[in-house]
Amino acid sequence: MILDSLFAVLSKNALITAFAFVGILVWLSYEISRRLTRGHVHGSAIAIALGLVLAYVGGSFTGGSQGLADFSLLAGVGVMGGAMFRDFAIVATAFGAELEALKKAGVVGAASVVIGVVLSFVVGAVVAVSFGYTDPVAISTIGAGAATYIVGPVTGTALGAESGIIALSVAAGLTKSVLVMIVTPFIAPKIGLDNPHAALIYGGLMGTTSGVAGGLAATDPKLVPYGAMTATFYTGVGCLLAPSVLFLAVRAIY
Amino acid sequence: MVIYGVALLSFCMLVGVFVGDILGELIGVQANVGGVGIAMLLLIVLSNLSHQKFHIGSATESGIHFWSAMYIPIVVAMAAKQNVIAAVSSGWMAIVAGVAAVAVSFAMIPLLDRIHIGEDDDS
Repeated sequence: MILDSLFAVLSKNALITAFAFVGILVWLSYEISRRLTRGHVHGSAIAIALGLVLAYVGGSFTGGSQGLADFSLLAGVGVMGGAMFRDFAIVATAFGAELEALKKAGVVGAASVVIGVVLSFVVGAVVAVSFGYTDPVAISTIGAGAATYIVGPVTGTALGAESGIIALSVAAGLTKSVLVMIVTPFIAPKIGLDNPHAALIYGGLMGTTSGVAGGLAATDPKLVPYGAMTATFYTGVGCLLAPSVLFLAVRAIY
Repeated sequence: MVIYGVALLSFCMLVGVFVGDILGELIGVQANVGGVGIAMLLLIVLSNLSHQKFHIGSATESGIHFWSAMYIPIVVAMAAKQNVIAAVSSGWMAIVAGVAAVAVSFAMIPLLDRIHIGEDDDS
């Protein structure tokens, strides 16, 4: 009976439960960071990795697509980690960002978005071809999925790709965003990702808002506004280029 | 008042997302084009403008700083709701495509980072 009431309270106040749950998760991660890695691996990086592991566990238990949020007790995690709060918090990080740094990297930042979309599309398309696809619609859809998991389905739907191909494009985009979240803190020092200029370019090249958001949070939270700024333009540019110019280019080759 | 800061933030986000949606419609793509980026620009401009035109008090500021500080926990929650299973179990092609795209994009960062357009390079 006590347990029932507890569950009722927790699921009735889903978002509050999520705050408490994530708080415990973050605390645990910072303890792991301090005690097991002596601070070498940043606490937020561990927290994000733990989140992904739990999402895997949640998905394999419930068979749903929302990770941990498919447990009814933790449905609030889905609200807290949803696009609304994510975007709200990203906008908040812009408060105090330097206008000068933005101006300096303006042109390169914009160029990096276009280069990023084309680059990922080409890489995805080449992989599709090397796996034996010859249909320009399928190749373009998978190429678009390698941009982000939103560009993939938008392109696939626009070109009339079959649902299996669209699902593959979503998976390619998901792989990208998960990977960017995990590896960014490890690669950042090697490629000079430690200043606003590089962060703007990083956001433009990677483009996955969730990947960039998680990756930079684990690397250096001060860089978040710069990377997020360019990344938010990426999906729009991708949805613009992939079903049009890039598809025509693929069709011209095949 | 703390709510002034939260409201200012909300105002920036709503305007940005609205403009982003309109941009998407105008271009003819089914996506929001840079909505969050526009919202961020708006907030940066407003907060830089404030020094001359109007004053943002420290309580107002704390309404914005709170959400800025909630950013990492929100990202952790976001990670916990990803469809990791789908990404891992969809077969090799999707994973290879995702991994290759990330690798090539990372490799491009140092190349583009060397370009500083419109800057007086004294070094």
